[in-house]
Amino acid sequence: MIYFDNNATTKIDERVLEEMLPYFKEDYANPSSMYDFAKKPAAAIKEARGKMKDFLGANNEKEIFFTSCGSESANMAIKGTLNCNKGKKHIITTKVEHPCVLNLYKSLEKEGYEADYISVDSEGQLDIDELKSKIRKDTALVSVMYANNETGVINPVEEIADIVKTKSPETIFFVDAVQAGGKIPINVKDTQIDMLGVSGHKFHAPKGVGALYIRPSVRLTPLINGGHQERGLRAGTENVPYIAGIGKAAELALNSLNYEMTEVKRLRDKLEDGILKNVFNSRLNSSLKNRVPNTSNIGFEYVEGELILLHLSDIGVCASSGSACTSGSLEPSHVLRAMGIPFTALHGSIRFSLSRFTTEKEVDFVIEKLPGIMEKLTSISPYQDELMKLKQRRG
Amino acid sequence: MWEYSEKVLEHYRNPRNVGKIDDADIIGEAGSLACGDSLKLYIKLDGNVIKDAKFQTFGCGSAVASSSILTEMIIGKTLDEVKKITNKDIADALGGLPQEKMHCSVMGQEALEDALKKYYKEDGWEEIEFPSGKKESDKVICTCFNVTEGQILEAVKINGLKTVEEVTNYTKAGGACGRCKGAIKNILEEYWNKTSSAEELTPTQKILKINKVIDQQVSPQLQKDGGDIELVDVEGNTVKVKLTGMCSGCKNASMTIKSFVESILKDKVDSNLTVEQV
Repeated sequence: MIYFDNNATTKIDERVLEEMLPYFKEDYANPSSMYDFAKKPAAAIKEARGKMKDFLGANNEKEIFFTSCGSESANMAIKGTLNCNKGKKHIITTKVEHPCVLNLYKSLEKEGYEADYISVDSEGQLDIDELKSKIRKDTALVSVMYANNETGVINPVEEIADIVKTKSPETIFFVDAVQAGGKIPINVKDTQIDMLGVSGHKFHAPKGVGALYIRPSVRLTPLINGGHQERGLRAGTENVPYIAGIGKAAELALNSLNYEMTEVKRLRDKLEDGILKNVFNSRLNSSLKNRVPNTSNIGFEYVEGELILLHLSDIGVCASSGSACTSGSLEPSHVLRAMGIPFTALHGSIRFSLSRFTTEKEVDFVIEKLPGIMEKLTSISPYQDELMKLKQRRG
Repeated sequence: MWEYSEKVLEHYRNPRNVGKIDDADIIGEAGSLACGDSLKLYIKLDGNVIKDAKFQTFGCGSAVASSSILTEMIIGKTLDEVKKITNKDIADALGGLPQEKMHCSVMGQEALEDALKKYYKEDGWEEIEFPSGKKESDKVICTCFNVTEGQILEAVKINGLKTVEEVTNYTKAGGACGRCKGAIKNILEEYWNKTSSAEELTPTQKILKINKVIDQQVSPQLQKDGGDIELVDVEGNTVKVKLTGMCSGCKNASMTIKSFVESILKDKVDSNLTVEQV
């Protein structure tokens, strides 16, 4: 099996699993308990918090809060701060945000908030001027993703933070960094970002654990009320093995950032170039340099995405698609539509996302096999004349 | 991941009759590139019989499989025979499709219908009746996917659809902007009200039907627990029954009456019925 869907989830690193196991077995104590038996789990959480602080480039481990996933981090940040700021009813985000933020915004609109959704250009680049023009005195919150899950495009969140704070110092700025964590360096302490969320399973920790950085000056209410855990902001007995796991994963990811940005990038570029060269109906949906190093989104014109994925799956290759047909909804990807990707390629867009476990052999295999698959699939398409023209144009 | 039947897997992997017939007598088309699926169906006739059929499809696995099996279903058949093919026939031939993919079978049926319509028009025939009920004059309900009232009604009728979501799965109507969801709901309500009032029973028919349900479905269940039930009377919508055997005097008797006997009768006979123990 060749796994090129690392933006969906990643394989757990063996070393992460090893780190977790003792807290399932012998060291099962509740970290809040008084006896010595609870010291190890309590120490494990402290250690993980320290590693997460380094991973996100925070000043202090007290700024790190563990959650159950990226969606919880986003919900906690957004709902929590809005609850403390009831007077302001204007919020801003982007058109290409992850559904966990977009759908939250839609529901906030129903509760009486006014929301602005900022556009992107055909390469997926955010319209910073538009964002700037939308910030008002009563803007409670701005939420922008660090990197897009479908295209990998990186937003200049540090610059956006400065713009937000210059125009409206009281406005809270949240960054959904789920697709950035482990792929590019994050350094919140040198920025004006107020809150930033990540999810463990995107960087080789297991599913079911995430983290949220909160600047000490930010006030928010908890989503889950109860005990004193996570400094009263996220009640519930700590998920010790998973917290130990995400801590270890953060440490490993930080250590392999350089590898991600050089070697994984080299493999991604090789895959991208190989496909674009060998498959005549392919087009790169975003060619920006400013993308996370593992992601490539390629449109295959006049062929539908689910059909491509099924045929890739038949040869053991896992990828994903922004096609409507794979998701159960009938609408193609909101991200690709916001970019204005032409209809001819919109339904046939495939996302390949690599990881530090990707090998050169795997990349070569896909480059070798894809032209044959596409030959077969284009032969079924009713748009033979259009395909012929494409072929001639590409020589 | 969708749960596709073996037949669907076989047909998307090795689709039959792919391509174009250069001297086709009729070509049927459905869908569009913008919608995410489209189909061209080529038919070669020998008199009234379909001698050959080929297809070209832009769409997902189940769209390709639906098109492929459709060509197999129509080759060798007369035009009169293929006129009767419904989307459900196509889905059934594939061993079923996931709910969300039923619209793929509808696209096959539409392309076939388009082909026949063109043929009969050239032949000077008047409008023919199709199972999908689509007529030129039909009102378009879903503008995103160009789905008419007739198509929605037909999908509702053939597949027994009850909710807007089901209609979307079968016809795509309401799947994009969602503005027509209210209109779809109205169509559903109107259709199901009409159907149930059309089936209104006379008092005698009602009693006979209640008796039959009690005999065949309620009584055997109670007998398993050593009890039984007798129908005493029906007054309007009130069904009077007597519990016998182990059931008589059982402290759960009223539970049995309400949650078991009444719910079966409501479901099978009339939703307005209430059951009383005498």
